[in-house]
Amino acid sequence: MSLHSTQTLAYDVERIRQDFPILGVRPHGKPLAYLDNAATTQKPRCVLDAMTHYYTHLHSNVHRGVHYLSEQATAAYEHARDIVASFIGARRREEIIFTRGTTESINLVAASWGGAFLRPGDEILLTVFEHHSNIVPWQLVAQRTGAQLRVVPIEQDGSFSVDRALEAITERTRIVALAHVSNVLGIVVPVAPIIEHAHRVGAVVLLDGAQAVAHLDVDVAELDCDFYAFSSHKVYGPTGIGVLYGKAEFLERMPPYHGGGDMIRRVTFERTTYNDLPYKFEAGTPPIAEAVGLGRALEYVDSIGRAAIAAWEEHLVASCIEQLVQIDGVRLLGPERGRAAVVAFSVEGVHPHDIATFLDREGIAIRAGHHCAQPLMDFFGIPASSRISVAMYSTEEEIERAATALRKCITVFRL
Amino acid sequence: MELSDELRQLYQEVILDHHRAPRNYGNLEPHTHQAEGYNPLCGDQIELFLRVNDAGIIEDVRFTGQGCAISRASASLMTEALKGKSLAEAHALFERFHRAVTTEPTAPVDADSLGKLVVLLGVREFPTRIKCATLPWHTLEQALAGGGTTTTE
Ligand SMILES: Cc1ncc(COP(=O)(O)O)c(C=O)c1O
Repeated sequence: MSLHSTQTLAYDVERIRQDFPILGVRPHGKPLAYLDNAATTQKPRCVLDAMTHYYTHLHSNVHRGVHYLSEQATAAYEHARDIVASFIGARRREEIIFTRGTTESINLVAASWGGAFLRPGDEILLTVFEHHSNIVPWQLVAQRTGAQLRVVPIEQDGSFSVDRALEAITERTRIVALAHVSNVLGIVVPVAPIIEHAHRVGAVVLLDGAQAVAHLDVDVAELDCDFYAFSSHKVYGPTGIGVLYGKAEFLERMPPYHGGGDMIRRVTFERTTYNDLPYKFEAGTPPIAEAVGLGRALEYVDSIGRAAIAAWEEHLVASCIEQLVQIDGVRLLGPERGRAAVVAFSVEGVHPHDIATFLDREGIAIRAGHHCAQPLMDFFGIPASSRISVAMYSTEEEIERAATALRKCITVFRL
Repeated sequence: MELSDELRQLYQEVILDHHRAPRNYGNLEPHTHQAEGYNPLCGDQIELFLRVNDAGIIEDVRFTGQGCAISRASASLMTEALKGKSLAEAHALFERFHRAVTTEPTAPVDADSLGKLVVLLGVREFPTRIKCATLPWHTLEQALAGGGTTTTE
């Protein structure tokens, strides 16, 4: 507690805000309160500069030319891989595969690992709060292989019971694929006992870290997960690039996902031998400038400090929940505690779309919709919900503005 | 906190009233036409029922479903406007309404030809919300074309 309060005191959010040029935008003439960070985060100037610098001074194709610029570009791209590896605690750089994002990372594992190793009757274990991108790829591979999906439920109050997940892991479970942080419930899933239990029955574990990497200190070696997926754009980096971490022992045995240039060693029309990790999974010209931007973003996060960011966000989330639960008719989705950065809610008699439009005119950006988690909306019996999500540059004042506008909105619609 | 003019235009009292107390809400048995409309973007969903007599006149029309204030008010106002109309008139009204809400916010419209529906024109200032206003109408077209599910995105 005292640790947190000293950290939040020392946290200079105004200085951090100076690093994000877009925060100066004035929607509808009002100051911007960007509270849709779970959808995507904004970019600090150093990321924009790093990408411009790359295109201005270093750009060429990677791994192909012997000329100066190709060496420069390759070095920049591979340096980004080193930054990612160290940021998430991967032991080996070749365990970091650049993809287009979380979605592609999960599709890669489902198609390549799942396609090669799933058999009829095998079980793929998910939770009810998975994002569509951690559901549909598994449905596709289940159809192809005859494996079955099983779904861990949550409690009526929206909390998650680890015991239920442990019970659902059986001898037939081949993979457990679950969110590290839910993009709706906001819960930080206690993954350690799940991973341990899954390994005991010989199952592998994929964590969808899309909502985790910007808010937690993720260490894949310590977690001992087999795969970890995340998107650059949700951790202050550019769009168009993401990461798949995979233990080398798995990646080595998996067939390629896409075929093309860079992923091969030797091609004849009869037979192709594949390149080593990580290139086996990086067919075609990769998003080089985006990798550079991602690397810079992660360095930026570490320059602020992940513990300090987490403490600040925890403080904002607690304050947000405190204000929301006092509003008549507001129902919080998920538990009040144990959250990272995300607060979703529904309001009796007022549709999330109307709330979002109303707040937008005040310059406040929040999300309204099903958040790509329709099974979870069905569980709660609602078509959609509203979501406030914070980032390192969010302020208490922004949260207060959102709560005030929400109260006003409710009075207009309920009159 | 004062409401902006655009918000006041969008959420006029008539719209809030139809949102809070939608007209012709519920199932209709027996019915001759039925369709479902769905907007996957926001989860809005509507089911529409019509009873059309042998002379091709809409005798009764009702709807159920979940949606935002705009889609609910639009559905409610639509059901009021449709009663007693012929199928050809209903289709013509769909076309007039659709054209009106998808024009530029400043474009002149023939208010008389829309009747009470003019209160919905505020959505023209809110591009992301136009689909909310047109969902019930696309569902109407679907119902008249023989039923099924229509999806707007
Ligand atoms: C939990 C979770 N998984 C996966 C994704 C998909 O990420 P992306 O669209 O960047 O591939 C998201 C983001 O929307 C998410 O919140």
